[in-house]
Amino acid sequence: MIYLDNAATTKTAPEVVDAMLPYFSEYYGNASTIYGLGAESKKAMDHARQTIADSLGAKPEEIYFTAGGSESDNWALKATAEAYASKGKHIITTKIEHHAILHTCEYLEKRGFEITYLNVDRDGLISLDELKAAIRPDTILISVMFANNEIGTIEPIAEIGEIAKEHGVLFHTDAVQAYAQVPINVDEMHIDMLSASGHKLNGPKGIGFLYIRKGVKIRSFVHGGAQERSRRAGTENIPGIVGLGAAVERAMRIMDSKTRKEIELRDYLIGRLENEIPHCWLNGHRTKRLPNNINFSFLFIEGESMLIMLDMKGICASSGSACTSGSLDPSHVLLAIGLKHEEAHGSLRLTLSEDSTKEEMDIVAEEVKKIVQRLRDMSPLYEDFLKSQKNN
Amino acid sequence: MYSEKVMDHFQNPRNVGEIEDASGVGTVGNAKCGDIMRMFLDIDENGIIREAKFKTFGCGAAVATSSMATELVKGKTIQEALQVTNKAVMEALDGLPPVKVHCSLLAEEAIHAALWDYAEKNHITIEGLQKPKNDISEGEEEEDY
Repeated sequence: MIYLDNAATTKTAPEVVDAMLPYFSEYYGNASTIYGLGAESKKAMDHARQTIADSLGAKPEEIYFTAGGSESDNWALKATAEAYASKGKHIITTKIEHHAILHTCEYLEKRGFEITYLNVDRDGLISLDELKAAIRPDTILISVMFANNEIGTIEPIAEIGEIAKEHGVLFHTDAVQAYAQVPINVDEMHIDMLSASGHKLNGPKGIGFLYIRKGVKIRSFVHGGAQERSRRAGTENIPGIVGLGAAVERAMRIMDSKTRKEIELRDYLIGRLENEIPHCWLNGHRTKRLPNNINFSFLFIEGESMLIMLDMKGICASSGSACTSGSLDPSHVLLAIGLKHEEAHGSLRLTLSEDSTKEEMDIVAEEVKKIVQRLRDMSPLYEDFLKSQKNN
Repeated sequence: MYSEKVMDHFQNPRNVGEIEDASGVGTVGNAKCGDIMRMFLDIDENGIIREAKFKTFGCGAAVATSSMATELVKGKTIQEALQVTNKAVMEALDGLPPVKVHCSLLAEEAIHAALWDYAEKNHITIEGLQKPKNDISEGEEEEDY
C-alpha cells in the first residue's frame, strides 16, 4: 500500500503508542484525585501541556485540551462570539476555511452575527489589503487558517496577526494542517487562538487543543468540573493527552529532516506529473505550501473515478470532486481559487509523510498517468476537446 | 460502498466508445455537477437496437450505470428500451448508494435522449417518449442544524 492521504490522517507513530499504553491500565487514575495514582496522570498531563506550550512559544496554562480540531474551531468561534458580542458582532474569515469554521460561521450568522468571507487569489492566498478594508469598529475576530488542507497554501499569518493587533481585533488560526509541520510562534505571529489536532501529526485521534492567549475573554465550552481551568469540563483523556504530547515532541524533533525530505519528494512528483501528463496543473502556491501537499487538476475527468482506480493499485489519495464530498458541489476551496466546476471535479490530492519514498513517487506518477489516460478515453469532454482541436 | 457488480462495470466497462454515423446520439448531464453521459445507438430498419456505446465523464457509479444501461438496451426494440428505467439499471447493478441514485437517472435519461435524437432524424414519433431533459439534478435539500 502507498499511503498518500496524510492530510486526512496519519499513522500513529510506534513511539507515541508506546508512550500512551501505560496510561490505559497501569496509570489509569483520574488526574483530579489526590492519591498517588491520580498524581501520575496529572504529572503526565502537565508534561504534555508543557511540551505543547514550548512548541508554540506559549505558556502551559494557555493550552486547553479538546477532542480535536473541529471542537477547537467551534470553541474558538462560538465562545469568542458570545464573550465579545457586546463589543460587536462582526467576524472576518476566508472562503477556503475547513467546514469546522465555515459551518460554525453559518451557525453564528443565524444568531445575528455578520461574517465577511475573504476572497483568495489563484494560489489560495488572501489579500492583506482586503483584510484591512474588511475590519470595522464592530469586528471582534479574524479567523484565517494557517495552511489550507486541500491545496496546501500557507497564509501570511504573521502579517495577518500584525494587522489584527494594530486594530485591536482577536486573531484565531486553524492550524490543524500546519501545526508541527511548519514552525509557529504565537508571540511573533500575534496569534491569540490556535486550533490543532493530534492525529494529523502521527498522534492519536480524538485529541487536540486550543491555544488561548492569556487575557482573551473566552467562555467555557463544556460546563461541569474544574478541568482545563473550568473552561472545558470532563475527566481528561490522559492516554490521548500523553499521546499528543509524545507526537508533538517527536514532530518538533524531526521537523527539519522531515520537511527537507518531503519537499524534495513533493517537488519531484509535481515535476513528473506536470511534465508527463498534458492538460493538468498544480493547485495552490508553489512555494508557500505545506511540505507534504500536492494537488492537481486533470481536465476532462472526474476525481472519484481516479480514486477508485488508484485504490485498486493500492494507492490511497483524495479528491475535491463532488462525489467524494457527498454533495453535487465540488470543493469550495477549488472554486474559491477560481476553478470551474469541471476543473474542480477532476482534482487529486496527494499528501506525503516522512515514510514516503522516491520509488513510491515513481509508481504513483506511472499509475496516475495510466489512469488519467484511461478515464480520458471514456470521457465525452475529452472527445469534444479532441474534435475541437481537429477543427481548428 | 459499491456492490461487486458496480465495481465490475466500473473496472471493466462494457461498450465504451463511439458509433460512427449512429442512428441516435444523446448527451445528458453537465460538467458542473460532475456527470456527463453520451449514448450512441445503432438501430436497424426493424427498430431493433443492434449496438449501444457510451462515453461518460463522472464517478464510479456514473460509469457503471452507463455500462449497464448499454447492456440492457442492446438487442431490444425501441419500446423495450423505453422500459429500461433507472430502477432497472440499479437493480441490475445490485443497487447503488443513495447519493448515487442520480447517476442511474442520468443513464435512463441518456437512453431517452439517444432515442429522441433517432426519432427526430427519422421524423417519427416514438410512443411514450417525452423530450428528455438534458440535465438531471435532484433538488437535494440542505440539512439544517
